[in-house]
Amino acid sequence: MVDVRGVHKSYGPTQVLRGVDLRVRAGEVTVVLGPSGSGKSTLLRSINHLEKVNRGWISIDGELIGYRRSGGKLYELKEKDILRQRTHIGFVFQNFNLFPHLTVIENIIEAPVSVLRRPRREAVRAAERLLARVGLADKADAHPRQLSGGQQQRVAIARALALEPKVLLFDEPTSALDPELVGEVLDVIQDLARTGTTMIIVTHEIGFAREVADTVVFMDGGVVLEQGPPDAVLDQPRHERTRAFLSKVL
Amino acid sequence: MELTTGTATPLPATAHADPPDASATPKVVPARHPARWIAALAVLVVVAQFAHGLVTNPVWEWNVFSQYVLSQTIVHAVGVTLELTVCAQMAGFLLGTVLAFMRLSRSPVLRTVAWAYVWVFRSIPMIVQLVFWFNLGALYRQLGLGIPFGPVFWSFATNGLVGSIGAALIGLSLHQAAYAAEVVRSGLLAVDHGQLEAAAALGIPRARQIRRIVLPQAMRAILPTAGNEIIGLLKGTSVVYVMAIGELFYQVQVVYGRTGQVIPLLMVATAWYVLLTSALSIVQHYVERRFARGADRTPPPTPAQRVRRLVRDVRQTALTTGDGK
Repeated sequence: MVDVRGVHKSYGPTQVLRGVDLRVRAGEVTVVLGPSGSGKSTLLRSINHLEKVNRGWISIDGELIGYRRSGGKLYELKEKDILRQRTHIGFVFQNFNLFPHLTVIENIIEAPVSVLRRPRREAVRAAERLLARVGLADKADAHPRQLSGGQQQRVAIARALALEPKVLLFDEPTSALDPELVGEVLDVIQDLARTGTTMIIVTHEIGFAREVADTVVFMDGGVVLEQGPPDAVLDQPRHERTRAFLSKVL
Repeated sequence: MELTTGTATPLPATAHADPPDASATPKVVPARHPARWIAALAVLVVVAQFAHGLVTNPVWEWNVFSQYVLSQTIVHAVGVTLELTVCAQMAGFLLGTVLAFMRLSRSPVLRTVAWAYVWVFRSIPMIVQLVFWFNLGALYRQLGLGIPFGPVFWSFATNGLVGSIGAALIGLSLHQAAYAAEVVRSGLLAVDHGQLEAAAALGIPRARQIRRIVLPQAMRAILPTAGNEIIGLLKGTSVVYVMAIGELFYQVQVVYGRTGQVIPLLMVATAWYVLLTSALSIVQHYVERRFARGADRTPPPTPAQRVRRLVRDVRQTALTTGDGK
């Protein structure tokens, strides 16, 4: 389903991704672990073309993201087409990035109404269902700044779900939260995992990775060092680097 | 005039409190500020002197002031001033917004042209520019539509096209646009980059990202400076008197040139400028409030609410002190 092949990315002289390969099957939860600077976030941002890769390609359901292949070359797509592709890819940011001047419900219906051309009434009803699902049915008319960090992140998840994406990407969804608020966000993600949502999650929560992941991916220095079921990667890591990292965070 | 300014240094209030009694909770006595009272009194005396002078000094000639302040000539001139302000400001902001987006665009050509525009028009004094536009006919005899550097399909003479009002409007608008470009750009830069990323990740079309997500948030940073610009322009329109346009300042000059009553007529102009800027300030307050939605957990009270609250507080203190007697 999500297919990442030989992706390279550099910012000037700094190589952030140096040939990343990753495959994610539909309905699977993949957790990406690794030290800061290992390229986890860049990989995630490349998947919905917020970052342009220098080499390699990424496809979802066989459709190349951000490019069109023709005669052995990749041509970058027009922004309009990239925006259309992104509606299939939900993205949840570390800092939520809710729109502060819009209410919770307006945040959620913005994309369905303006991109998918859903009638407003219908979008509002769908948004209300999503809010109930993340446990915030009573916050529809609040502004984001009136909510706690955990509540804001749950709204951000509902906003990403409103486009009914094929895959949901989480970029350290709990890193900006107070410790006591982490649980409520992880609960929502776990609930999504149970209902078979395809997800790629970059996180530092090892315990959470063990619980929800079908596959754990360990990245370091811009490459995938190892991947496999949680027990294998977390309990019997084959690489020295993985062992060193896990001994520090566990 | 006699000036009495109180610059006494505040004295520390000396209080020799008894050692706290463990059995009773001690009453709190706020610190006294005698120096503050003296300073306030001194300032009030100066203000009173000035007010007294305004009323009693015959030079102000208040009867002449009241004779002219609502006269048809002056009211009409105020209309011209307003017209110049509104038209030049709208054109200025439109062009300025375009320039701001050009400066933030990824195209180096657009960026450079916008930068150069701001550089040029901020460098030329308004009055110099106005005279330039007034003499447009000497600079370009004809303007036409056609293929650049190629044939012209339609053309007209500039002499008839740009009258003095037209020249003033062009000059003011172009000048305002340079400043407005910077004001709008500062607003756009103040919006967190994550907002655009989130909008892009949701697939929201580019134009809507700007209109719906970025601009409403940029307005918070734009409005205070934009208010400055508009008020600055309202007063700045007075420089077009050099082109003999019948706006407020030109018109009072015409009148006092005839009658010699300089001071009261300058007061007429002053009164109108103060009135108009006050009105603009009030409008600005409410517009800012509207764009502050979602920025604070609780919106600040309106002036009307503030007054009501003050009255309530005063009444309550009066009641409680009344009880104390």
